[in-house]
Amino acid sequence: MIQILNLHKKFAGHQVLKGVNLMIETAKITTIIGGSGCGKTVLLKHLNALLVPDQGQIVVDGVEISRLGQKDLNMIRHRFGVLFQGAALLDSMTLYDNVAFPLREKTKMDEGKIRNKVVERLNQVGLEGMGYKYPAEVSGGMKKRTGLARALIMDPEIVLFDEPTTGLDPLLGKSIHELIVRMHATFGFTGVIVSHDIPEVFTISNFVAMLANGVIEEIRPTKEFLASKNPVVQQFIKGETEGPIRVL
Amino acid sequence: MIPLLGQLGQWFLSWVSGMGKMFLFLLSALVWGFRPPAKIYLIVEHIKSIGVDSLLVVILSGFFTGMVLGLQGYYSLKVFNAESWLGSAVALSMLRELGPVLSAFMVTGRTGSAMAAELGIMRITEQIDALHSMAINPIKYLVSPRIVAGLIAMPLLTAIFDVVGIYGAYLIGVELLGVGSGSYFASMENSVVWRDVYSGFLKSISFGLIITWVCCYKGYHTPPMATGVSRATTEAVVLSFVMILVWDYFLTSVLL
Repeated sequence: MIQILNLHKKFAGHQVLKGVNLMIETAKITTIIGGSGCGKTVLLKHLNALLVPDQGQIVVDGVEISRLGQKDLNMIRHRFGVLFQGAALLDSMTLYDNVAFPLREKTKMDEGKIRNKVVERLNQVGLEGMGYKYPAEVSGGMKKRTGLARALIMDPEIVLFDEPTTGLDPLLGKSIHELIVRMHATFGFTGVIVSHDIPEVFTISNFVAMLANGVIEEIRPTKEFLASKNPVVQQFIKGETEGPIRVL
Repeated sequence: MIPLLGQLGQWFLSWVSGMGKMFLFLLSALVWGFRPPAKIYLIVEHIKSIGVDSLLVVILSGFFTGMVLGLQGYYSLKVFNAESWLGSAVALSMLRELGPVLSAFMVTGRTGSAMAAELGIMRITEQIDALHSMAINPIKYLVSPRIVAGLIAMPLLTAIFDVVGIYGAYLIGVELLGVGSGSYFASMENSVVWRDVYSGFLKSISFGLIITWVCCYKGYHTPPMATGVSRATTEAVVLSFVMILVWDYFLTSVLL
């Protein structure tokens, strides 16, 4: 379980997170929704200590990670896989090398075993025979798929998805969602998705949390969340411009 | 008056803090660079991009610098009937000053700017965050190999610049203006001592460190905005040039 306790974060005088409290259940998919620029990605980046809280704690299975030394932090990070918003593939490498990269750098696996595992992951995300291409030569959807294959290559227990469908057309977006569901069923990881792809993202989530005004406004199982009476939640999921959330 | 002093103080504090961050960055890169496992394949790759890929521009600039030096030196020395000392003048200028400084400028423009831009793009496209998230130290993976490669490639480029420059001056002084070939090389042999070669070598190594350090630092800390990469690249090149010249003065004053 991941616990986020009283998390505060400020950037250049702007208080982004103002005391976030959130529990993320093991082996479930929790989606965090919220308006653009409300701090969803900032929150996500705290979960594997890419950002350090100004105040508060991130506890992963009983270990407070935000003040760990480099060695212990690396141990924790091995348990995470991350799919970044733009996939963040290393553009000097082919798709195959990008997926193989964590295995080459962090394990003593021989090249034959690496090959088998990378090909298996590329096949699972629907990129058979595409490994020789460079990130600049493929579409946004293929980059995301490669990013997902890389995120899963070390068999992580927790996978973080930062806006997995941003910039994709609805069909590609849907295919990425289906892929996440399929991979979750196969590997059983704890998934944390940051998204504003509404309502599509609800179909793949066990829990939905809404971040607004720097705090978690509501967290519930998906069905209950959709039926929530909270006006902030209802305004956001219905996409209304009038309501408690100031749009402009 | 007081607000002005306050602003000056704030500027000074941020300058000192920036310098501190730069030195800590260098220290960390050096520590990680010499900590096993060594990233030999990355060092070789960066020696290629710093060294081999800069070769043409270094050869061209060395050749024309030598030719200009030959021409200017000849007419200046002729006033004193000392044109036979052209070889000495060219060799000393090349080995001590022009070789290390100009080849460092060429490498900064050719490779340093590319280095800053490459790291800057990696920063704003979250590739550096991706390395962190895979528990891979970006300083060890991205910065240390470039710095080690700079330390190796820069003296070699400078040596090539020196040799090509000396032959450029030979072409003008001896082949075109009629200085004796024997006196050109004999004057060089009589006046150049080991200390001249050594000081040029020391300068080129330290310039290699300055270029890779400054350009990696600026690229690595690119601000996440549309103009971030261009700003980081410009700052990297300008700061490298200034630091090369300032450090050149200090080293010259010590090594003379």
